[in-house]
Amino acid sequence: MKKIIKACGFHCIKVNHLGVSFGEQVVLEDVNLHVHCNSLMAIVGKNGAGKSTLVRALLGDVPYTGNIEFRDTKDGHMEKLKIGYVPQKLNVDKNTPLSVYDLIASYQFRFPIFLAKRRNLYQQIKEALAVFEAEDLIDRQVCNLSGGQMQRVLLSMAFMDEPHLLLLDEPVSGVDQTGMDLFYKTITRIKEQYDLAIILISHDMDYVRKYADQVVLLDKTVLASGTPHELYARPEFIAIFGEHAGGAQTVAHETHSRPIVEYKPYDASYHGKGGTK
Amino acid sequence: MDILTMFDYSFMRMAFLAILIITPLFGLLGTMIVNKKMAYFSDALGHSALTGIAVGVICGMHDTTLSMILFAIVFALLLNWINAKAFASTDTVISVFSSCAIAIGLAILSRGGSFSQYSGILVGDVLSITMPEVTGLFVVFIITIIFYLICYNAISAIAVSPILARSRHIRVYLLESLFSVLVAVIVTVSIKWVGILIINALLILPAASARNVSQNARSYSAYAVIFAMFSGIVGLFVSYFTNVATGPMIVIIASAIYFGTLLRPFRDA
Repeated sequence: MKKIIKACGFHCIKVNHLGVSFGEQVVLEDVNLHVHCNSLMAIVGKNGAGKSTLVRALLGDVPYTGNIEFRDTKDGHMEKLKIGYVPQKLNVDKNTPLSVYDLIASYQFRFPIFLAKRRNLYQQIKEALAVFEAEDLIDRQVCNLSGGQMQRVLLSMAFMDEPHLLLLDEPVSGVDQTGMDLFYKTITRIKEQYDLAIILISHDMDYVRKYADQVVLLDKTVLASGTPHELYARPEFIAIFGEHAGGAQTVAHETHSRPIVEYKPYDASYHGKGGTK
Repeated sequence: MDILTMFDYSFMRMAFLAILIITPLFGLLGTMIVNKKMAYFSDALGHSALTGIAVGVICGMHDTTLSMILFAIVFALLLNWINAKAFASTDTVISVFSSCAIAIGLAILSRGGSFSQYSGILVGDVLSITMPEVTGLFVVFIITIIFYLICYNAISAIAVSPILARSRHIRVYLLESLFSVLVAVIVTVSIKWVGILIINALLILPAASARNVSQNARSYSAYAVIFAMFSGIVGLFVSYFTNVATGPMIVIIASAIYFGTLLRPFRDA
């Protein structure tokens, strides 16, 4: 990922015939995706359609069939794909003594976080946070961040690795309307300024319509795909989400969109032990 | 009364040394056990010590420490594996295996009505520790420090989000297994001196207290170690002068610290 002025559009990520099965149960089969750098692909689908499993497969967290390739289309050579992942939520209880510095340093550096704060690491993390205007949060406790602040921290961390692909897993839960607008504007800015592709797992059809370049409707496999405008008119889409899902024209629908929720500390109900979910 | 007279006895000097090693070890280990919500897991490991002894007795081993350690390692790896496979929720799985192990242990050890000779291990006795055993503890202590220096960040990352950790190429299953084994070894080598009934309190209380007064990983570990050592040293002194078993006295002091940290002036620090 390099900061660029103009879209390059030469890198592409292809997912070919991806399939995931847990024992007898087929969760995903023959999923094909094609995403270019400087574009935002949204993946939508009802609950249980396999969206989270797709994320886990892309991250190599579950075994899958098929392959994922990352290619520089200018000269056709293949590279190892680096994915910056922003999870849905973190498993951080209230009262956990973990600062934003600790969080990022634990993933990013080897120097043990329980020993001492290293000035050069601190500086690097601060600079990474500054990209998303989150540098003031560096000494805050992770469990006390609001949903929006948490997102900016996680985005900063995903960015430190200079990923080719930014993978965002339903990152908008627990965030109010203003936070959502800000989030999507940030994503758009990243898309335009950096040389990377974005895949977003989303539930909010209004935002998808407004910001995504390409939408994929997933239900075990790719049912349909296209621009939001095209996809929202497709019978497959209407069968699942109804006629007005992507509309947002009516007042009634506006109120139906995501409610403004009060800030609450990050959801700690997730008992995520390795692989139990 | 001269407080230092207790050091006239060599067993008190040994006990003091042992406390100086065990308590910071437990303090450090506890911080990660609490972060990873493994309190119940370490409790089950402590209880599995009985089964380990029973296995040793059946195999006709003279020193059951080795059989205890081996059994605890197998038990820890088994729990970790089952947990990763997610047949049922973690606490249910641990409970099933823990009760089963204890029952087998008790059944074997109580054959012919002879359980009373093993009852000492329930309470533990730090005053009976010998120099080679203190050396053994010290070796475990050094291993733990090295493990923490290398793996602390990755284990903390796994505790925060296993899937995010995996996306950063952290070897989640391997590290979780290693950590479980480390906890198993430490719990079993200390159990003779601390006692099955209270060993978990000693692991959890200092970390739980430290959480109440710290905001980051550094103060968390520092407070946990300080609280653990303070409880250990003061507990040893008090137990000497009041003629109460050392382990329980240490836990009483650690509990008092915990309740102290719940008070407001500390919380807003």
